[in-house]
Amino acid sequence: MKECVGMLLAGGEGKRLGLLTNENAKPAVPFGGKYRIIDFTLSNCANSSIQTLGVLTQYSPINLNQHIGNGKAWDMDRRNGGVTMLSPATGKHGGDWYSGTADAIYQNIHFIDQYDPKYVLIISGDHIYQMNYQSVLAQHKATNADATISVIEVPWEDASRFGILNTTETLEIYEFEEKPANPQSNLASMGIYIFTWETLREFLIEDATDPDSSHDFGKDIIPAMLGQDKRLFAYLFTEYWKDVGTIQSYWEATMDLLDEDSGSPLSVAREDRSKQIYTNEANFPPQYIGGTGRVTNSFINTGCFIYGDVSNSVLFRNVLVKQHASIHQSILHPGVTIGENVVLERVIVMENTEVPDGVQVYATKHAEPLVLNQENIREHFSEMEGMN
Amino acid sequence: MDRMMGLINLDQEYHVFNELTYFRNNASIPFAGRYRLIDFALSNMTNSGMEEVAVFVRHKYRSLLDHLGSGESWDLDRRHGGLFILPPDWNDPSDRSRGDLSFFHNNRDYFNRGKANHVLVSGSQFIANTDYKEAFSQHLETDADVTVIYTPVDEIRPEHQAYFRIEEGEDARVIGITNDEQNPNVFTGVYIIKKDLLMEIVNYCIAYHKENLFADGIKDQLHELDVRAYKYDGYHAFINTIESFYRENMKLLTEENFINLFAKPFIRTKASSNPPVKYQAQALVNHSIIANGCIVNGQVENSILFRGVEVSDHSTIKNSIIMQRCKIEEDVYLENVILDKDVHVKKGQRIIGTSDKPYVVAKRQIV
Repeated sequence: MKECVGMLLAGGEGKRLGLLTNENAKPAVPFGGKYRIIDFTLSNCANSSIQTLGVLTQYSPINLNQHIGNGKAWDMDRRNGGVTMLSPATGKHGGDWYSGTADAIYQNIHFIDQYDPKYVLIISGDHIYQMNYQSVLAQHKATNADATISVIEVPWEDASRFGILNTTETLEIYEFEEKPANPQSNLASMGIYIFTWETLREFLIEDATDPDSSHDFGKDIIPAMLGQDKRLFAYLFTEYWKDVGTIQSYWEATMDLLDEDSGSPLSVAREDRSKQIYTNEANFPPQYIGGTGRVTNSFINTGCFIYGDVSNSVLFRNVLVKQHASIHQSILHPGVTIGENVVLERVIVMENTEVPDGVQVYATKHAEPLVLNQENIREHFSEMEGMN
Repeated sequence: MDRMMGLINLDQEYHVFNELTYFRNNASIPFAGRYRLIDFALSNMTNSGMEEVAVFVRHKYRSLLDHLGSGESWDLDRRHGGLFILPPDWNDPSDRSRGDLSFFHNNRDYFNRGKANHVLVSGSQFIANTDYKEAFSQHLETDADVTVIYTPVDEIRPEHQAYFRIEEGEDARVIGITNDEQNPNVFTGVYIIKKDLLMEIVNYCIAYHKENLFADGIKDQLHELDVRAYKYDGYHAFINTIESFYRENMKLLTEENFINLFAKPFIRTKASSNPPVKYQAQALVNHSIIANGCIVNGQVENSILFRGVEVSDHSTIKNSIIMQRCKIEEDVYLENVILDKDVHVKKGQRIIGTSDKPYVVAKRQIV
């Protein structure tokens, strides 16, 4: 028996990330110089002793499957428990795609049941934050709750973009409003839930029989629980949390990493070993900074060769920046080659793209950063030198 | 099917590393930013397709065991074969073996059980990025008893003294294994031998109270055996002294050498979970090799920083090797210095060595 089983929803497409999720589920999008977005949630599990975890995949799961493997990087290569990848499957009575977050868990009730847990932690793999789920669980037990939902205070003017929880002073939830026009509270749901399994199990089975349900935790399960006077509490989280759902927020979250005072995970991990971020480690040589290289205020990963000027940027492994190139406020994914005299500002360059000599691409200060890959690079030329 | 197993024999390796081996075996000396010397021998073996590798180690092997672990980083965590660290002694009152023979004698079962019919023996001090497939093909084609791998060196240096020299005759036959200091064909310490023959030589050496398998059993029996030579002429280094350690690290700061040593196939090492290198606003780094986990806010020129080193602002590091997790405070000046792991250099310190005699600070010192 396991006290708490984690279920990580990693099936989302992340449409608003555009090209970044063309062939990659959102949780598998590279982030922070050597990680993928899901590493932050997986590391939270590792750092919170959640050692039994189901990862629910659906959209483009190959990279995720390869990345997570047997879970060794997060100490989840366990004989008893550990990590299990849960893709939709057929069985004796047919099968179906996961039609919503609640349906994904419903279809895996037997997986959870085999561990006979008292509690289930539901998380998703598309946020950047560091949370000890044991603290949430401790509150859940102390309040004798049926469900505990992590919330974060958002600016009032943004509250109508979130799922908002209205609570009493003791943080007991009495109402959930999805994107309210006139919010009564600024406590936004972070999509992190702890449920008492016995209760959730009943609600999932009931929800599955409802043809009008969208089978979603926020839209269906939580309102149903509130409707039956279950005990729901909010867990107030006050540390760094960022949804990287759009190109703009992906870029901002990356820039946060470079700001030592932002409270963003990499600087926290440096001070506190219990908050380290783990990933499936590649094995490449250290980076080489040439005589003409100049790097400031940046993160650079193994295998890079730098001969140009890099500032306020994040470079993944095996990136080559040639002489007289200038990279500013940009994100270069693994294996990118930057030619001579290239100038990039506020640009995200996707894996293995070769940016030819002399290309200059800028996104203006208030525009969304540009995403470059080998196909679209020509459209973005503003100036060319040494090109045919 | 003909196949090789690997054997890394660290017993009786000659070296003068002083401070660097106070707390560790010579094979686990850190090198080139994130490696240990043994990574090269080990990676070359696995890059040659070997699935069984044994290590003979007698002394100060805690850090080596930590580094090798289950062999996972080299794909040697296998259900069959994989990595074995073999002890030198056994509960055998009749054991008369001496020197490295005791490792062979006390692990006969291991050798007999393995699937390979040839053994590639290596030390840890010959540093190269190669695979031994071609040498193995030659070994099989010539049906040699032993194939020794040598490399011609441009300039004979003190670190070569510890190695035999190879005299090659027709058809790659070895006609002499000598201590001739003028001969630039330096034996790399790597040789391939038929496994059955290896065990016969072990018996012979023990019967005649010999202490060194290669010197007594192969070199001194050269005319009884069919020994051939294989020439390796790629990028390489021999590292067995502080001076050669320092010089060979510094050589890698030339891009061409760095690429020669680290191009594919990759040398593998134990993975760590360090974040990428953080360069801060005052960072000024040129001609340097920097490993993950470093935080740099000072000037670093012509130097190697291992994982997790911190360099504070207004500090300068020139021509130096700074090992894991060293902390350099503000206004420090280091030139021609080797700092072993976890050294903490306080604000305002100046430490200057010479390029021939770098200044070495042992592990965990506060200066």
